[in-house]
Amino acid sequence: MDWIDFLIVVLRVVVVFALLLLVTIINVWAERKVVADFQNRIGPERAGPFGMLQTVADGLKLFFKESIIPARSEVGMFLLAPFLAVIPAFLIFLNIPFGRPITIGDRVIPLQGMDVDVGLLIVLAMSSMAVYAVVIAGWSSGSKYPLLGGVRATAQAISYEAAMGLAMVAVVLFSATQAADAPGGTLSLAELVERQSGTWAGIIPRWNLIPQIVAFVIFFIAAIAETNRAPFDLVEAEQELVGGYFTEYSGMRFAMFFLAEYINIFSMSALTATLFLGGWNGPTWDGVLPVWLSALLPFVWFMIKTYVLVFIFFWIRATLPRLRYDQLMALGWKRLIPGALGWLMLTAVVLGYRRFGLPWS
Amino acid sequence: MAEVIIFGLMALPALAGGVTVVLARNPVYGAMGLLGSMLALGVLYVAQLAHFIAAIHVVVYAGAVMTLFLFVIMLIGVDRADDQNERLPRQRQLVILGVLGIVATAFAVAFSGRFSWVIAATGERIPQATNGTTVALARVLFSDWVLAFEATALLLTIGSAGAIALASRRGKPVDLPIDPEVTS
Repeated sequence: MDWIDFLIVVLRVVVVFALLLLVTIINVWAERKVVADFQNRIGPERAGPFGMLQTVADGLKLFFKESIIPARSEVGMFLLAPFLAVIPAFLIFLNIPFGRPITIGDRVIPLQGMDVDVGLLIVLAMSSMAVYAVVIAGWSSGSKYPLLGGVRATAQAISYEAAMGLAMVAVVLFSATQAADAPGGTLSLAELVERQSGTWAGIIPRWNLIPQIVAFVIFFIAAIAETNRAPFDLVEAEQELVGGYFTEYSGMRFAMFFLAEYINIFSMSALTATLFLGGWNGPTWDGVLPVWLSALLPFVWFMIKTYVLVFIFFWIRATLPRLRYDQLMALGWKRLIPGALGWLMLTAVVLGYRRFGLPWS
Repeated sequence: MAEVIIFGLMALPALAGGVTVVLARNPVYGAMGLLGSMLALGVLYVAQLAHFIAAIHVVVYAGAVMTLFLFVIMLIGVDRADDQNERLPRQRQLVILGVLGIVATAFAVAFSGRFSWVIAATGERIPQATNGTTVALARVLFSDWVLAFEATALLLTIGSAGAIALASRRGKPVDLPIDPEVTS
């Protein structure tokens, strides 16, 4: 570990940080455009080509706005909450591999913020940390609508985290049988992506999506609920709660919540792509194309897969009406969790049969 | 050396969080102190190469348990002042006695010579870096301790099933006073 290695680690983190900020600027604009198309409107078009600079303009505007601190708020917690929202959002994406490791000289540089052997669990831990921002923001505002939003967020996060975790377990269990040389499971996201490389029967990519389609559906629904997006946006239901937990926030503090929400959409899509769509796997034509192009292509595949899922996020938001609170709870506890448990049992039984045969034989 | 620095950096917030839990008048601040303390402990686990324990610690305690705590605090109402009455007779004297006892025990252990201050996770004390990783832990858990593991799982299942059974037992319907404003 000399200073070049240290520099590479710093560079990787900075790259992830810059990527997330850039992607957020694009995503906010893309959502407004996509939803505008769905609703037969035009959407932002004045600032820059196709209105692409609209987000930059909005960000600058928020930067110069006054940040109001309500008189009845708990000031310390009120100021802390936006940071609690942004930090886990960045930490989640730090775990996700966004390209094939690059070899320069004798150094192998993984295109990933950090590669730890419990990457999946850290993602889960950080996504459960994100709820504190909502709860603390709602409580510290000293106002009834944010408080209601905060209480709703707590219940929703607890309910859907369980389904999300159970769906992940099925995937990890399945991928334990997918390694050719090293039997045994893994929680490292880089390793999970490696195990989805190659094809079945020459044409079907070995993505977890096909054998784990039920887990994919459950996981994606839970991911939408975790990011508090429509149709699970009861936390910030405008018609009932004004703005929900961030009603009392303004200026940059509001912008930080906004940033965290869009980073979370991107991170959750990236995580779904990593777990189910093979991450950065895809044809790279090594040796045929120039070296730099072959190194860049995995990143392109990763971004394409992620953006397909981000588009589904927008699509669902533009299509489905918001769930009622009892429907939300019923879906979480009576459909998704038993469904995920059943799918986990089925996966375990099938994998056990394929490895050990019938129990009495 | 790095481990000592990390310990110093993380032990302070852990202790500060603990003190906050005791001293904070507002239960929400107490809960946040406990959260901070747990996160600092999680980092200490990482410093000891116990990555899996660290992640599970954050997921279960900081993620799920503390969220439930906050939920309950908010539902009950945070503005309600704690009652400052001391229920037990001679409560303060007993507490002082207990603290003195703990300190005396600690000193006795420290000077008995059976205890070394520093158990560093460096040098020859770790046979390989896989100590405490998921694979190593799983191998121990599902081979040597599989019976204890299954028994614990069964115990937890019995506990939650029992809680549901107790909570859902229907007693006599309580005659609630009827609010005239609601019915009219």
